[in-house]
Amino acid sequence: MTGTTAAIGWWGVPLEILAGAIRVSTPFLLVSLGECITEKSGRINLGLEGVLIMGAMSGYGASLYTGSPWLGVVAAGIVGALFGLLHGVLCSLRRVNDIAIGISIMMLGTGLAFFLGKPLIQPQAPVLPAIPFGFWSSSPQIQSALQINPLFLAGVALAVALHFAFRHTRWGMQLRIVGDSEDAARALGYQVIPVRIRATMIGGFLAGTGGAFLSLYYPGSWNEGLSSGQGIIAVALVIFARWEPLRCLWASLLFGGAGALGPALQAMGITSGYYLLNAAPYVLTLGILIATCAPNRKISGAPGELSLVRQ
Amino acid sequence: MLIPTGAIFVAMLLFAVFVFAIGQSPLDVFGLLYEGAFGSGFSWQNSLLSASPLILTGLAVAIPAQAGMVIIGGEGALALGALGAAVAGAALGGLPPLLAQFGILLAGALVGAFWIGLSGWLRNYRGVNETISSLLLSYIGIALLNFFVEGPLKDPASLNKPSTAPISAADMIGNLPGLEVHYGLVIGALCALFAWFILRFTTIGFALQTVGGNPRASQMAGLRVNRWVVGAAAAGGAAAGLAGAIEVAAVQGAANSSVVAGYGYAGILVAFIARQNPLAVIPVAILLGGINAAGGMLQRRLDMPDATVLVLQGIVFVVILTSDTLTGRFRARKQPEAALAASTTAAIATTITTDGGEQT
Repeated sequence: MTGTTAAIGWWGVPLEILAGAIRVSTPFLLVSLGECITEKSGRINLGLEGVLIMGAMSGYGASLYTGSPWLGVVAAGIVGALFGLLHGVLCSLRRVNDIAIGISIMMLGTGLAFFLGKPLIQPQAPVLPAIPFGFWSSSPQIQSALQINPLFLAGVALAVALHFAFRHTRWGMQLRIVGDSEDAARALGYQVIPVRIRATMIGGFLAGTGGAFLSLYYPGSWNEGLSSGQGIIAVALVIFARWEPLRCLWASLLFGGAGALGPALQAMGITSGYYLLNAAPYVLTLGILIATCAPNRKISGAPGELSLVRQ
Repeated sequence: MLIPTGAIFVAMLLFAVFVFAIGQSPLDVFGLLYEGAFGSGFSWQNSLLSASPLILTGLAVAIPAQAGMVIIGGEGALALGALGAAVAGAALGGLPPLLAQFGILLAGALVGAFWIGLSGWLRNYRGVNETISSLLLSYIGIALLNFFVEGPLKDPASLNKPSTAPISAADMIGNLPGLEVHYGLVIGALCALFAWFILRFTTIGFALQTVGGNPRASQMAGLRVNRWVVGAAAAGGAAAGLAGAIEVAAVQGAANSSVVAGYGYAGILVAFIARQNPLAVIPVAILLGGINAAGGMLQRRLDMPDATVLVLQGIVFVVILTSDTLTGRFRARKQPEAALAASTTAAIATTITTDGGEQT
């Protein structure tokens, strides 16, 4: 043990978990906010896992070739939005099932990313910088724990903004009406399909940037094992958050914290139960669903047109 | 038949454009794909091997779909089925092989049935959406597998890849005579045939589809909707659990994380492309298995990444699923099945109840 570790002693563990939670939660946060917008419009995009991996690959590639990691993030977002557009347009056709299309887009995105990303595995692209919020401390542990990536802050700001926008802006109201009742939206003269396609595109954009966070910050390289299912977990996370952006933020931190707790405990020599800990968020989500659902009643907060909750 | 065939053709065309764009000859690639999937006895065997779990995970989605459920948790049921099979394998070690094999498969199927049956139960008695609950249960199932395999049930001898204790070699499910394909394929195909027969020719299938078409009317007519829904979910789960048990008893020899290989998710696609028809699940699974099996060939001969087949699968599925929109546009529209079931529900259900089949 070094001197500084001894100086903050056991406080190092919660600090490490907090720092880990913020790092691990950022992709969860971005993808879940995107999925939240998509689901609010009445569609579910299960393909965000593929979009995330595609975003990770294209962001890394763009950063490598342009030398700017921020251009990488933008490129990842654009690629993600294109995949969102594909999902949105296909699901607008009659009889096309959004869950099935989502899974096939997950396959397509993963396949394309692995295929096109083969030459990107070796070279090291410039990665995103972090903001050193720990500058006031002399302890390197605190300094490294408070290295926070701007994308996390952007995600937090977005969560707050969406919380406001869903309630108080024309865009948010329109989105919610389209998601809650197609008939009501039509009666008000809204075009249902364009709203949904836009919502799916925004969802894809955010999932793409979430992928760029993985490849350009943490862990900060491109390889085929990069995503551990963040894209598909985010779908559960949105349900856990019951379609509320602010709750998405807390839920992401919780999921991220659970993800960060495992390695932290492992470092302390506690290895058993690691996987059970990983499953805790799902058990919790299911528990909340069981507690809040009743026969013949929908999950509170769920958009009415969402195929996932229509019985 | 016309629409899916056309869709596959369009998908191949799109894939050809992709292949051309990256500077390979589409004709070479297609030739190799065919050769690798169905071009020889050897490649047929590989394709059938990959198809074997997909038939069962496809059924895991298609059977509950008859009762109007969208279950996407096959992956977790498969994982737990594998775990159950491994535990049963250890417990039944002394029995005659045939009996032990039966016990192993039964254990896998029962565990899977319980897991997805839970989704059906939650839907009926707590109103929890089955798609969400099965997805969550899937994650929990995979986590349980990992926990037991790396914790309480870990075989100390398995160093590189934590596994349960291997089941004895005598209890392993062997290959079909003269082939490199294990009996799991036959089991899967028989399950699909059986499900198809039940759904098509018995009152059970009739009742199930009636429940799927209009639960309320079915209830009025005296069908015990709850039981049907839970039963259909459990039957689907049994199929997924069986797939896991076969992976253990015919391929891996023990339960480990290798059984979580995406078969559950691929099964969702198989079922949707087969339009939830248990019989159609078989050829769709073989097609998908063939594409999987051909990947290695592209890698060896043309030095293309193994992800090429993922790209092809993605394109094929996106196009086929999109082609659903064309259904019924080329001929006089058939009445949608759900509406048909609803409009005739009362009559059908009355028939079934007066038969006494439902009174027991």
